[in-house]
Amino acid sequence: MTGARRPARDVAVVAFAQTPHRRATEEVSEVEMLMPVLHAVLARTGLRTADIGFTCSGSSDYLAGRPFSFTLALDGVGAWPPIAESHVETDGAWAFHEAWIKLITGAADTALVYAWGKSSAGSPRDILTRQLDPYYLAPLWPDSVSLAALQARALIDAGVVDERGLAAVATRNRAAAVANPHAQLSGDVPRGDYVVRPLRTGDCPPVGDGAAALILAAGDRARELCERPAWIRGVDHRVEAHALGLRDLTDSPSTRLAAERAGAFDRPVDTAELHAPFSHQEIVLRRALRLGDDVLLNPSGGALAAHPLMAAGLIRIGEAATRVHRGRSDRALAHATSGPCLQQNLVAVVEGDLR
Amino acid sequence: MPEILKAPLTVEFPFTRSLGPVQSAFLTGLRDRVLLGARAANGRVLVPPAEYDPESAEEIRDLVEVAPTGTVTTWAWNPDPRRGQPLATPFAWVLVRLDGADTGLLHALDAPGPEAVRTGLRVRVRWAVERRGAITDIACFVPHDGPPAPTTGHSGVFADPVTGILAPARLDYTYTPGRALGAHLAALAERRVVGERCPSCRKVYVPPRGACPTCGIATAEQVDVGPRGTVTTFCVVNIKATHTANSDIEVPYVYAHIALDGADLPLHGRVGGVPHDRVRMGMRVEPVWTPGSLHPDHYRPTGEPDADHDPHRDRR
Repeated sequence: MTGARRPARDVAVVAFAQTPHRRATEEVSEVEMLMPVLHAVLARTGLRTADIGFTCSGSSDYLAGRPFSFTLALDGVGAWPPIAESHVETDGAWAFHEAWIKLITGAADTALVYAWGKSSAGSPRDILTRQLDPYYLAPLWPDSVSLAALQARALIDAGVVDERGLAAVATRNRAAAVANPHAQLSGDVPRGDYVVRPLRTGDCPPVGDGAAALILAAGDRARELCERPAWIRGVDHRVEAHALGLRDLTDSPSTRLAAERAGAFDRPVDTAELHAPFSHQEIVLRRALRLGDDVLLNPSGGALAAHPLMAAGLIRIGEAATRVHRGRSDRALAHATSGPCLQQNLVAVVEGDLR
Repeated sequence: MPEILKAPLTVEFPFTRSLGPVQSAFLTGLRDRVLLGARAANGRVLVPPAEYDPESAEEIRDLVEVAPTGTVTTWAWNPDPRRGQPLATPFAWVLVRLDGADTGLLHALDAPGPEAVRTGLRVRVRWAVERRGAITDIACFVPHDGPPAPTTGHSGVFADPVTGILAPARLDYTYTPGRALGAHLAALAERRVVGERCPSCRKVYVPPRGACPTCGIATAEQVDVGPRGTVTTFCVVNIKATHTANSDIEVPYVYAHIALDGADLPLHGRVGGVPHDRVRMGMRVEPVWTPGSLHPDHYRPTGEPDADHDPHRDRR
């Protein structure tokens, strides 16, 4: 395998916006939280909702405990027929993938992708147990931090990292987040007590509410809408074996394969936005993606600084694309994950035109 | 800013799940204190068993008994157990490779503290007193000082296999309606109905959801609507309500779309105080509030002449 085949059509991220991420947004409904970012990406491109060829969103009803909540959120995009629309019940990065497919196959020229999570309504640690194998795992209610802690311990036992090394990852991300006005946690965050040993509060992502949106456009349309489009060179997503006990928790072969198919290894990247909610997961991903010290890692502060569930992966793509838009990066990798212990992984590579 | 409304919301559901042959054998085995794995094409024994080979995706059915003793392959100390977890006192989550197996089983380890746990620790199963064919038939693991325990020589075939599990789920939330719907609910408490007007298309939405679904922009201007309205369409319901809150409503009854005066979108409501076969499109109705109710109990005819047909043509 020599990497990705070049897509049949050039497609780029041309605009990105996200909310400030906060512990709770009780004053607004989901659609009220979402509308500012939808309007921001439309305003940035000058597009109206009626101009959008395809709309795709990512979220999960389990977060707020409301059925079909994406239909209510659709009000925010003016979902008046005819609209070509779809929804994925997972992180918006997978909605991004669906929209990208729509554009490279020529079914649309522009796409609006958005995602949101309002975690403050419930307890994500408990809610996320409902995505586990219902026969062998879910009846035990193993919460998301506990499962991550098993992975962290496996990494420590393998001699890859120690607890101080975990703290260093968290410190670096939150220091970077000082420059990110959207971040929920930034600067000097204490390591804290053990939540589930060996993970301390400092190794865990903040729980919060937030939303993000981006616009994709194909070919010349992208050049019209954005001064320096972030061209998508490849996107791929892969999944690990279903059972946790079957996996080598210290590695992420699905991330490596997705990166290979997305063309990430064809040429070096200068920036990587990794969706690593727990500090040790950045180390797993960095090894799987063979990222050296010369790659700028999570300049946004990553998921340890802001982790709106269902939007945090899409935000990695948006952050990577924004670096390209601003000329801060020429070739960036974005990664999104879903499920326990990096169960599913998506990799996208974006590039700017040479200057 | 008005007070932010919030209320507890519990979502509870008893999922009934059927089992395939491999899961059935494994969970029946737990009921009978026998541990079974499945042998994959490459000879690896998977415990808990999968029905497919994780490498080739081939179906696998070859059951193998393994010992109730094993070795911890990774662990995490949980100082603060949560609802539904196997133990109520602090415990370690463990992946255990049972003797004879090649993969890890997730469960809880009962240990006095994190100092007593390490990767490589030998453990054994502690069975639940009452077992019914579920992963919780293993109460937990406990430290075990010794060699593999003997197996029973079980074939994996049971006379009365468990074929399904009941998987109850309960999640607790705090419901917050947000700004627009919150204002609507607050007005209902004063027996007023308020909607919101779209600044672009000027339509008034009731109940307001904060956004105009046609224009995709925020609605902002609050508008008092009703209390009277017009039936735009209706149906006659012949099925008695089972929910206790509605069990005293006699069938047949009329369920209608009612366009409150000043609103551009109809609400749902029951029409009462008139025989069901006398309700008609265009009938003028008004809300009837009952003591302590959070919204109108039903709507009754006002006795006014029927509304013109045409203004309601696009509200149905």
